Amino acid sequence: MSNNTTKERSRRYLNPYLGGVLLGLVLLAANFVSGRGLGASGAIKSVVATTIETVDKDAVSTMPFMEEYAGSHSGSPMKSWLVFQMLGVIVGGFLSGAVAGRLKLKVEHSPKITSRRRLIFALAGGILFGLGSQIGRGCTSGSALSGMAVLSLGGFVTMMAIFGTAFVLAYFFRKNWI
Amino acid sequence: MGPLAPNEIISENTNFLLAFFIGIAFGWVLESSGFSSSRKLAGIFYGYDTVVLKVFFTGAITAMLGLLFMSLFGWVDLDLVYVNPTYLTSAIIGGVVMGAGFIMGGFCPGTSFCGAAIGKIDAMVFIVGLFLGVYGFAFTYPLWEKMYMAKYLGEPRVSEKLGMSDGLFGLFLIIAAMGMFIVAEWAEKKWPREEY
Repeated sequence: MSNNTTKERSRRYLNPYLGGVLLGLVLLAANFVSGRGLGASGAIKSVVATTIETVDKDAVSTMPFMEEYAGSHSGSPMKSWLVFQMLGVIVGGFLSGAVAGRLKLKVEHSPKITSRRRLIFALAGGILFGLGSQIGRGCTSGSALSGMAVLSLGGFVTMMAIFGTAFVLAYFFRKNWI
Repeated sequence: MGPLAPNEIISENTNFLLAFFIGIAFGWVLESSGFSSSRKLAGIFYGYDTVVLKVFFTGAITAMLGLLFMSLFGWVDLDLVYVNPTYLTSAIIGGVVMGAGFIMGGFCPGTSFCGAAIGKIDAMVFIVGLFLGVYGFAFTYPLWEKMYMAKYLGEPRVSEKLGMSDGLFGLFLIIAAMGMFIVAEWAEKKWPREEY
């Protein structure tokens, strides 16, 4: 019985190879339309830059991060391709979850750990990922995935560093997942 | 012809509108592949679920082949397509920090927004962390600057560095991915799997 439910639920997810081809076509479309790949952390950077600028109008000239940001982005930080794309991601993710019946407010965690422990690690992981995405000039989407599609050396290096590190550290965090 | 925006075939505003629609497709594919679940994502590191590897590499290869063929047919000018610059030191250090964040948090930025969109509270907390991390970087940027700018190599392609054509490198990448997919299928059989 439980085996049947498991199968039923697994059928609701796309076949991973089909999902991969579709993801590739989306990435291809992004490159064809905008000349750049997909991204996620770039949109967060835009929001961060906007809030800093709102609070401190002179930040662009006094804060080195804002100077660097302004150097690579013209105009208002929120009028950015990745901000519009990320708004789409939220809509697309929601629609897919709604169609598949996966909309549910919950903390997902292994039965062996508490919600509290899961949330503490989620926060810590988010902080590290946010910081790392800035150091590495992009995250799994913008640097690793999109970089690989255009054969960027940096994209491959970042991809190997992300997955390699996670594999090496997996042993120490195994209680959280298995 | 392509890329459309750099060639000024479409206006800036059309480009932004298309970004929104491309984002919807991106979010839809990620969520329907199971990327809204941290336990599915983390599975790759323990062998019980390798969906990340399969989707990620199939995606990268599909887009790479698509770009190479479109360039061959003259549909897209690869010189106008952005190639991520390579700052070797920060690419490695940033990747290491992200890898640690991945195994602890169970998400990456894109997937956490998908998780949050379907109500995963752990994904929402992860996003709060992302913002804190980016603010942290912004306010401590002078500390990182030297490392951030170190070992700048321009915008090299891996194929260039290895002295082979893009197509040949692409072929090797496909063979490598096939090998990993075989290992992945084996691992999923070896370690029991649940759906979340």
